[in-house]
Amino acid sequence: MTPMTETKTRLLPPEFADLEPFAATWCLATEHERFERRLATPMDEMQAFYDAITARYEEAMSYCDKFPLDDMPEDAVNLMHLLYSMIAVSFPVECWGQGRVPDTGAAYLDLLVEPGP
Amino acid sequence: MARWPKPPEGSWTEHYQLGTEPISYEDSISPEFYELEREAIYKRAWLNVGRVEQLPRKGSYFTKELAVARTSVVIVRGTDDEVRAFYNVCRHRGNKLVWSDYPNEETSGVCRQFVCKYHGWRYDLDGACSFVQQEQEFFDLDKADYGLVPVHCEVWAGFIFVNLSKEPEQNLRDFLGPDVTKLENYPFHLQTERWFYRGTVNANWKLYMDAFQEFYHAPVLHAKQTPPDWSVAAQQAGFEAPSYLISGPHRLVSTAGVHPWSLPDNMLKPTERTTRSGLFGPWDKPDLEFDQKAAGINPAGCDPWGLDSWQIFPNFTILVWGQGWYLTYHYWPTSAHTHVFEGTLYFVPAKTPRERVAHELAAASFKEYGLQDANTLEATQTMLESRVIERFPLNDQEVLCRHLHKVAAEWVDEYKKLEEAGV
Repeated sequence: MTPMTETKTRLLPPEFADLEPFAATWCLATEHERFERRLATPMDEMQAFYDAITARYEEAMSYCDKFPLDDMPEDAVNLMHLLYSMIAVSFPVECWGQGRVPDTGAAYLDLLVEPGP
Repeated sequence: MARWPKPPEGSWTEHYQLGTEPISYEDSISPEFYELEREAIYKRAWLNVGRVEQLPRKGSYFTKELAVARTSVVIVRGTDDEVRAFYNVCRHRGNKLVWSDYPNEETSGVCRQFVCKYHGWRYDLDGACSFVQQEQEFFDLDKADYGLVPVHCEVWAGFIFVNLSKEPEQNLRDFLGPDVTKLENYPFHLQTERWFYRGTVNANWKLYMDAFQEFYHAPVLHAKQTPPDWSVAAQQAGFEAPSYLISGPHRLVSTAGVHPWSLPDNMLKPTERTTRSGLFGPWDKPDLEFDQKAAGINPAGCDPWGLDSWQIFPNFTILVWGQGWYLTYHYWPTSAHTHVFEGTLYFVPAKTPRERVAHELAAASFKEYGLQDANTLEATQTMLESRVIERFPLNDQEVLCRHLHKVAAEWVDEYKKLEEAGV
């Protein structure tokens, strides 16, 4: 693989290469996408992602904190989105053992306005 | 033994003379009562439709669909910076004036003037009709007679309210009254990071208001949201609020808080500890200086203080969190048994990625709890409609529910009397 194509396919900062296998699935820019992905993903896959990202949480957060919120490089924004996804899967993994919050079959709540990045 | 002192009468319910008997929920299932509410409440009370930050510039506008009143309004900041509201209808042949793609969906933007999509009539931001296509083809038409129809619109503490009556019985300040208006001393204007949620709920609007104006349900309905050790402790303790205030048609519940960071790990979700955040908000408070007493906030003087939730009649909630953020709820009726729920979260804008991640957990937690509340309401609505049971006992922690239904009935009764008197 040439450095050129590596840059093209890499979503996360090089320091977080170990999280790269999760990036294509979980680097999602909107809450709507993250919520839908959570509902569509089996628990064992969410657990694997959760274990990987929580192990790197403090380093990931410190890396992102080097940049101002309104001017982050693309790979750092992707890392932020991965952290948002960590939050999305934290509820099923830490509490419910299922993608949907218990007893909410018919309810929905769409997030129509959310802050960046 | 009560954890917090009760008023001298022995209960908040008796203190506010609301009666202690079981109540009827007929007002939440009757289509006839709903039709009365539309006229008696929604066309007479001041309705919050948003905040001034949604109109950042001259020419900024947004529309609000008010199905309960069978109308739509457009709210706009004029060239003179005044916020005005108009019925969203063209004076020519009644077409909806401002919409994009879907006529019944809300929209927002910035413009210099409004142009009707149908025949191109134009209106200035102050509502004046400024252009009529082929004006010479009309008969004695004076554009001055064809301005947009204004809606009464007033702003308080940055909150934009409209009133659909021909002549409001009270101005906004008098309607809100001396207790709610104290809240203008709270720094809403610094909390401009906005998260806007919306969903349709298959229940009467008052049932969702009830769900969020008592916390008796919280340790039970939301038990699975927290680690088992917390859930068990919370259920054993039960919920008690230290203070309730009823002020005209409006009502406040204030609660004590917890310092989550001082809890042992078995009481927290691990992600709460790592991100320093949770349902109650970020653990690290923003700099928000304000005088609690002047703002009427935390009336029981709790330390730590949890939240103050103001239910502003008819369908608007402002909930101020001890952790330095606030949220609003709106319940927009669409029928006797459905409504559109809107939840809007406001934070001091995150300054760092770490703060932004903390906001993400607070917002995500809000949604998970809200989904449980909303889904339960459908279960309530359908069984109320069975009319198997006619009277329901409310406890002292449900005093505000009792008050809402009483006030709704009073407004309907007053309207009926005015109608009969031909006023």
